Amino acid sequence: MATVLPVYPTTRRNVELALVVLAVVIAGGAWAVTGLTVDGSLPPNLFAYAGGLGGLAVVLHLLLRWRARHADPLLLPVATLLNGIGLVMIHRLDLALDSSAASRQFTWSALGIVMAGAVLVLVRDHRVLRRYTWTAAVAGLVLLLLPLVPGLGRTVNGARIWIGVGPLSFQPGELAKICLAVFFAGYLVVHRDALSLTGRKVLFLQLPRARDLGPILLAWVASIGILVLQRDLGTSLLFFGLFVAVLYVSTERVSWIVLGLLMFSAAAVFAATTMGHVQARVDIWLHPFTAENRTGSSYQLVQGLFGMANGGLTGTGLGEGRPQTVPYANSDFIYSSLGEELGLVGLFAVLVLYVVLVERGLRTAIGVRDGFGKLLAAGLAFSVTLQVFVVVGGVTRVIPLTGLTMPFLAAGGSSLVSNWIVVALLLRVSDLARRPAAEVRNGPDGETGVTQAVRIA
Amino acid sequence: MNRPLRRLSLVVAFLFFALFASTTWIQFISAGRLNAMPGNSRQLYAEFGRERGAILVQGGAAVATSEGVQDPYEFQRTYPAGPLYAPVTGYYSLRYGTAGIERAENDVLSGSADELFYRNLSSLLTGEKPQGADVTLTLQPRVQQAAWDALDGRKGAVVALDPETGDVLAMVSSPSYDPNTLASHDGAVQEQAWDRLTGDEDDPLVNRATSALYPPGSTFKIVTAAAALESGDYTADTALKGPQELDLPQTSNTLKNDEGTACGPNDQVSLADALRISCNTAFGDLGLTLGADALQEQAAKFGFGQSLSIPTSVATSRYPTGDAVAGPLLAYSAIGQGSDVATPLQVAMISAAVANDGVVMKPNLVARVSEAGGSGSVIEQPSPQELGRAVSTGTARTLQQMMELVVSSGTGTRAQIDGATVGGKTGTAQHGVGLPPYAWFTSFAERGDKKVAVAVVIEDGGSTESAYGGRLSAPVAKTVMEAALDG
Repeated sequence: MATVLPVYPTTRRNVELALVVLAVVIAGGAWAVTGLTVDGSLPPNLFAYAGGLGGLAVVLHLLLRWRARHADPLLLPVATLLNGIGLVMIHRLDLALDSSAASRQFTWSALGIVMAGAVLVLVRDHRVLRRYTWTAAVAGLVLLLLPLVPGLGRTVNGARIWIGVGPLSFQPGELAKICLAVFFAGYLVVHRDALSLTGRKVLFLQLPRARDLGPILLAWVASIGILVLQRDLGTSLLFFGLFVAVLYVSTERVSWIVLGLLMFSAAAVFAATTMGHVQARVDIWLHPFTAENRTGSSYQLVQGLFGMANGGLTGTGLGEGRPQTVPYANSDFIYSSLGEELGLVGLFAVLVLYVVLVERGLRTAIGVRDGFGKLLAAGLAFSVTLQVFVVVGGVTRVIPLTGLTMPFLAAGGSSLVSNWIVVALLLRVSDLARRPAAEVRNGPDGETGVTQAVRIA
Repeated sequence: MNRPLRRLSLVVAFLFFALFASTTWIQFISAGRLNAMPGNSRQLYAEFGRERGAILVQGGAAVATSEGVQDPYEFQRTYPAGPLYAPVTGYYSLRYGTAGIERAENDVLSGSADELFYRNLSSLLTGEKPQGADVTLTLQPRVQQAAWDALDGRKGAVVALDPETGDVLAMVSSPSYDPNTLASHDGAVQEQAWDRLTGDEDDPLVNRATSALYPPGSTFKIVTAAAALESGDYTADTALKGPQELDLPQTSNTLKNDEGTACGPNDQVSLADALRISCNTAFGDLGLTLGADALQEQAAKFGFGQSLSIPTSVATSRYPTGDAVAGPLLAYSAIGQGSDVATPLQVAMISAAVANDGVVMKPNLVARVSEAGGSGSVIEQPSPQELGRAVSTGTARTLQQMMELVVSSGTGTRAQIDGATVGGKTGTAQHGVGLPPYAWFTSFAERGDKKVAVAVVIEDGGSTESAYGGRLSAPVAKTVMEAALDG
């Protein structure tokens, strides 16, 4: 494992503070514009919301100064801005639909930021998480299976990925994503040599031993299980993609990717040809504009496309479009809602924010010295990528439409909270990655970050 | 592990690149195509949400307006005069699109016309909503109302033209419909109205004045007479063969006169008299003598075969060619039967050209396009356009006198107006065995400096009595001409 010397001598906390303030100013300005356009007056709760979001972000910033002063300075402002943009669009759709999703979203934002702070306080060093590798595996599986529990699980739009207690509903898959990232990182950092050094070479591919195929088969079966039992393409793709990516990073073996892609393709083809709801998704994807589909099954997709086309290059302006025409405009299709009112320019800005978020995550993975941290940061960053790709790719017809949430933007508490936790974990790992070498203490397992004992399974 | 991480970054870059590309594809490259797709309600909303200009008639009364309402479409299109102007204004329906002036002038009414671009640019900057322009029609409400009342619900059409400018002074089609029902924002009301109107055998949605093609019958004799005079071989006094029955070439058929008698003593009749009493045999024989090419050419000079937009679209009137005018059929075509078809507008254009000393003016419905909101500043004002010369001034003068004889002492006496010079021609067009004929009257009138040309067609010509056109349609034309001369 290569050692990378820290390249950032300063902590850049002041830059972070300035950017957080900027993010809040942008989101607050957008909130004000929406109110002025739709109602002709400044929204009465402008300062409560902008101040609330800004206040919470600044508290998290202060916490970083105290507990993780070397953490990457871009992650918090980017997450704050995305969260703010999402709140503005959800509020704007509230005005059109006479709903009240924004106040709920604001509550979840606050909870998410508090949870992020809690993670930063409780997890003083990410290497502690390695001890919970198998706990995370069990927790992840339990979370995934919860929606299947009779009486607890709820089926929404054909996908059984929700649990409900009273009026509250939650998508446990979102939290499972984090648990599984921890598990994959913990498991693979231990087994990487066994997985990478053994096995026969066929042509140019070094094939793994049959017994090492176990984990990938397990992950594959689990993904298929989600697809079949919960009818959720998005989560299935997310987990399997996450696993293959982390597997590749840990073993550096292209054969894993080839195998993974083959297996996923086989499953996808099987699903697309035999499972009714998957077939329907594929049909919508390929032929959205047929007269029959347009008013029926592909109505949502087509309306989203019409909305984006209506926005064009510069958008209609906040409050001037008709994003509410699209079903689930504030959750599944918030990307097209933003596209309609902010235009191509606005969506590029949003995509760039995600690129920055992911890039900082991968930079953290490259910078951090311990293998577990590398895999964890890479896994988390890649999961954000996959999630954005699946959602935006679905809305823009790159791939069939599946049900995942747009990180930080989409209305939905479980997604918001879990993504704030993802950012907290990335912040935690980046703190160690960017800490000057002299300050790096030995890890909780006696790791120095430079060498480590490897157990061969 | 850093090398695979860098490769993973490439995968991430590729995935995001795909998203940038697909987003650009939708919002930039194919945005226009998506916006124009059927069923894209956003464009309808956008158009409906814009304050559409009004359609006005002469004198300033609005026959189509947009009023602000509290629903997602923001503006309700209303037609205060209902069916009276419906064939001209057309309708503006969320579900069924547009027709008439609403369609022909949509880009100025909706404010999307290029001419309005710079005017709307300032409103873009000031944040005001762009507004459509007003369209003022050439229609004279008095004349329009007179035509509507005189037609009295019978199936048919009336067109009144100003012969010197081509301005359409009245355009009535009956039965008509109430465009308000089609413009309703209530989908069920729209659908019901649409189903009822499209299911109606009488085609109330068709503007009979410009979109229906009828055999012109004896009104076409003006064209045949014009061709004769233009040839130089005839004058109004030239004697024609006017027997009781005309033997037709290559067949045992004969062409008969309506009354079953000869048109004059010794089977001779002058050209002027032949027109006055609408002698079929004389004009049939005249047609056979002149030939199909001469008739075709003369008809074309009056506007047959020419596609027009005024700016609503007009069906093309046709004088037949080839086999349709071979042998005996040529005689039929010379009296407006056979395969001749014409719109009431075209028939009015014949009288108008005669009254205008031979010059055919392009008919036009739009007087001006002006800025909405009371300022009234004119954006566009079409000037009268010549379509061409149908006959020489001399020929036109002769035709005027011949048509005046029709009204003073011929088949069209019911169109006489005290103190005015009136010329006309009746027509009774057969369009099938046993079907009541179409009753035509085309005419012009002049008093002082006022001139008007009118065509009337009534589809249900009643019984088989003679001079249906003179009996049924001439009084309608008279009423309309009076209204125009008084106005």
